[in-house]
Amino acid sequence: MRTVVNDFSIHVATVNGSGSQTANNVLLRSIFQMGVPVSGKNLFPSNIAGLPTWFTIRASRDGWIARRGGHEILVVMNPETAAADVAEMGPGTVIVTNDSIKLPPVADDRIVYAVPMAKLMESITTDVKLRRLVVNMIYVGVLAELLGIDVIEVDKALHAQLGRKPKAMALNQAAVQAGMKYVREHLPKRDPYKVERMNATAGKILIEGNTAAALGAMFAGVTVVTWYPITPSSSLVEALIGFLEKYRRDPATGKASYAVIQAEDEIAAIGMVLGAGWAGARSMTSTSGPGISLMAEFAGYGYYTEIPGVIFDIQRVGPSTGLPTRTAQGDLSFVYGLSHGDTQFPVLLPGSVGECYEFAQAAFDLAERLQMPVFVLSDLDLGMNNWMSDPFTYPEKAWDRGKVLDDEALAKVAKFERYRDVDGDGIPYRTLPGAKDWKGTYFTRGSGHDEAARYTEDPNAYVRNMDRLKRKLETARTMVPVPEVFPTNGAEIGLIAYGSSHWAVVEARAELAAAGVRTSYMRVRGLPLPASVAEFVKQYDRVYVIEQNRDAQLAERIRLECPDRAVRIRSVLHYDGLPLDARSVVRGVLAHESVAQGVVK
Amino acid sequence: MSTTTPAGQPTNRLGLTKAEYDGSKTTLCPGCGHNAITGGIIQAAWEAGLEPHRVAKLSGIGCSSKTPAYFLGHSHGFNAVHGRMPSIATGVHAANRDLLLIGVSGDGDTASIGLGQFCHLVRRNVPVVYIVENNGVYGLTKGQFSATADVGSTQKGGKANLLMPIDLCAIAIELGCGFVARSFSGDQKQLRPLLKAAFAHPGTAVIDVISPCVTFADHEGSTKSYAAVKEHDAPLHDIEYVPYFEDITVDYEPGTTREVTMPDGSHVYLKKLAEDYDPTNPTHAIQVIRDARDEMKLLTGLLYVNTGTHRFDQEMQMIDEPLATLPLERVRPPQSVLDSIMASYREGSAPVGAGGG
Repeated sequence: MRTVVNDFSIHVATVNGSGSQTANNVLLRSIFQMGVPVSGKNLFPSNIAGLPTWFTIRASRDGWIARRGGHEILVVMNPETAAADVAEMGPGTVIVTNDSIKLPPVADDRIVYAVPMAKLMESITTDVKLRRLVVNMIYVGVLAELLGIDVIEVDKALHAQLGRKPKAMALNQAAVQAGMKYVREHLPKRDPYKVERMNATAGKILIEGNTAAALGAMFAGVTVVTWYPITPSSSLVEALIGFLEKYRRDPATGKASYAVIQAEDEIAAIGMVLGAGWAGARSMTSTSGPGISLMAEFAGYGYYTEIPGVIFDIQRVGPSTGLPTRTAQGDLSFVYGLSHGDTQFPVLLPGSVGECYEFAQAAFDLAERLQMPVFVLSDLDLGMNNWMSDPFTYPEKAWDRGKVLDDEALAKVAKFERYRDVDGDGIPYRTLPGAKDWKGTYFTRGSGHDEAARYTEDPNAYVRNMDRLKRKLETARTMVPVPEVFPTNGAEIGLIAYGSSHWAVVEARAELAAAGVRTSYMRVRGLPLPASVAEFVKQYDRVYVIEQNRDAQLAERIRLECPDRAVRIRSVLHYDGLPLDARSVVRGVLAHESVAQGVVK
Repeated sequence: MSTTTPAGQPTNRLGLTKAEYDGSKTTLCPGCGHNAITGGIIQAAWEAGLEPHRVAKLSGIGCSSKTPAYFLGHSHGFNAVHGRMPSIATGVHAANRDLLLIGVSGDGDTASIGLGQFCHLVRRNVPVVYIVENNGVYGLTKGQFSATADVGSTQKGGKANLLMPIDLCAIAIELGCGFVARSFSGDQKQLRPLLKAAFAHPGTAVIDVISPCVTFADHEGSTKSYAAVKEHDAPLHDIEYVPYFEDITVDYEPGTTREVTMPDGSHVYLKKLAEDYDPTNPTHAIQVIRDARDEMKLLTGLLYVNTGTHRFDQEMQMIDEPLATLPLERVRPPQSVLDSIMASYREGSAPVGAGGG
């Protein structure tokens, strides 16, 4: 039997609210601590407790951290989905099951390890409720023993999570030990999968994108945070509240250098952001698709009156309520042009947890520099799953608070006009309420206004203002993060993707290269699209835009940027709510390529 | 008001003339009740000696919401989207607590599209002087009923409203508002002291001012016409306001007057009229509002006052300075904080994400 080292995916099928999260995290971290690249993906229902949930841990010696698509090891803990879960497993795969769960007949070429988990729990605790929670640790022990995960690492991972609760720690350790012991005594190894120590995770962190974005916001100096709870965005603000409570209170007085307000809805949430931004605070909110829909009117107000604010959209599957706990990239077009009339917004597209952290900071600088709402488009996969990353670096630069005239600056100017393009970049100067100099006073209105912020319906004044706003967007185009390009010599085809799709694309490129298909790749990181995107498209005969929505939203944007080459642009689309996997990308590209090359497969 | 300018203009305690509290020229209909309220705001702000740069004027959409342009031209103004001034006010206050917020809204803006935000502003007790210029109709869209129109009140064409009116004062009291008043745009003697007292209130102060619409609701059959309002106006008391910076010279006979002391040391005197009215009892206040509705009376005055209600900023435990202007070093934790957070995500001791659905 050929051994497969550090290259497999473990799929744990359980019930939400059953306490499996600690077990899954311990398993994930144990492998990570063995130096093996991992990723953890939680597939959960929109429900408090009692519905099926799955957690997938991928170990990859090559460092691939996208969803694998297909699993080598299944852990059956949910009787309701057992039959369907088992049916997905192919020949040669491993099924670890709680022996109280009745499995359908399993073909002989699947390796089944049945473990009497209930019986093993009997000697660990008499508390029935605790048994139900801690039983998950049995499969951790079983897998540790089967795969060769060092028990020291399991203990360490357990300690990191439960170290402050010695009783829980002891109980969980006992369950791990019981699982290991049972394997040693009763289950000779019949499968090829093994974890062996590597040195690919030294110094790295495991973190969720929403936590990373929260950190970015705190180090950006956010002062006003508003929100309305919505999956998958809530954990961003909840993480931020935790950090702010800990690190942004005056040690002497205990007072906060921030305000977090849970709003009555997303309309109020963005209203508060704009009110605070107008008054000079660094303000933000975080939401998902349905909240974005509600924010449309105020977003346009912020655009037209030129008020900074940062809005995180942690995308989930739409339309409407859609699949609230599944991932997608379906908000790109809507957010970019959110609101009626001619509006457009800078949109930042983080592709990693590191960029969730960095772009959160960049978003505040951009919003205040450009004086407009700036959106950060993340998604459930990036936001709520565990990603391996280099540790984040401390911001090198001070913040950019943009063109604000305080009393000192006002004293030096003869005249202040709120919407006059003094510098030719489309960005006017602003003052903040509270400035003593009466010269700085102005009236903010969402109705037509001239350079001096006076109400007007004059056609020329309207056009001047709209054209200046367009000029400002052109300035924005030069300020959003530039695309990352991965060129390949002799490549005929180009790939373009953004956001969480990146990780499946890099893996897919390796697979395509192995199949003889050379690709260059551009990862777009912000809208408006910089000129380099059209330049990239020009270089290749065929360009595949890979994205997680039905309507090819980014491809449409790119076609508008280079209409003369629109026909070169094709789409590989993935929109079933699951994170993108490399196999889907490879399949999508090859399907087009075989047609393009006249090959009938 | 003892000083004057060289030209002989009287000035207030800041040395400012009343003209320096003016705004741009009104564009509302001649005779509109809102213009009288604008005048009242100017007068009250001047008399109270508000520093214009410390005032932010906020509004929503509608005839009433245009008026912040017509007063305090040296204050920053914010004309928001329809019904959403309360959320703007909340954000402004969070960013800069040194600002005095004067919000002007209408009955459509507050009682219909903005009812939710109004309620939540009051619940939070965000310090805003919230003036509703209430005429029972949508003026800018030419006379449709608003949600404060009385049952039986008619449109110009004769159509009667059959729906229950929303009483914003009753709602405000129910939600714990510590300053709730109703007034009439034609009664400046009452409106001005109410406004000045509201400026001194540390939480949300709601003043619902009945303000007849001369164009769409001043006809016979409208319960908010000038004639109807004058006929049914039933003041609860005469109101006198003495700011903390002026000596108290009035001397009331015992038993004729109730006195309310504002947190800044200013005083409100409520002089008894026909019956004694206790403005500190919320249950009684709501009963009186209901009775007045049934009797078709327009009850005006300070309906409810409690200056000791919970304070939004204290609840938020915010530092004393405005958040908006804190320097970077006070809002960006040092490198050591990032390092220790990174260590916790390397070791796995950081809190595990919330999950959920």
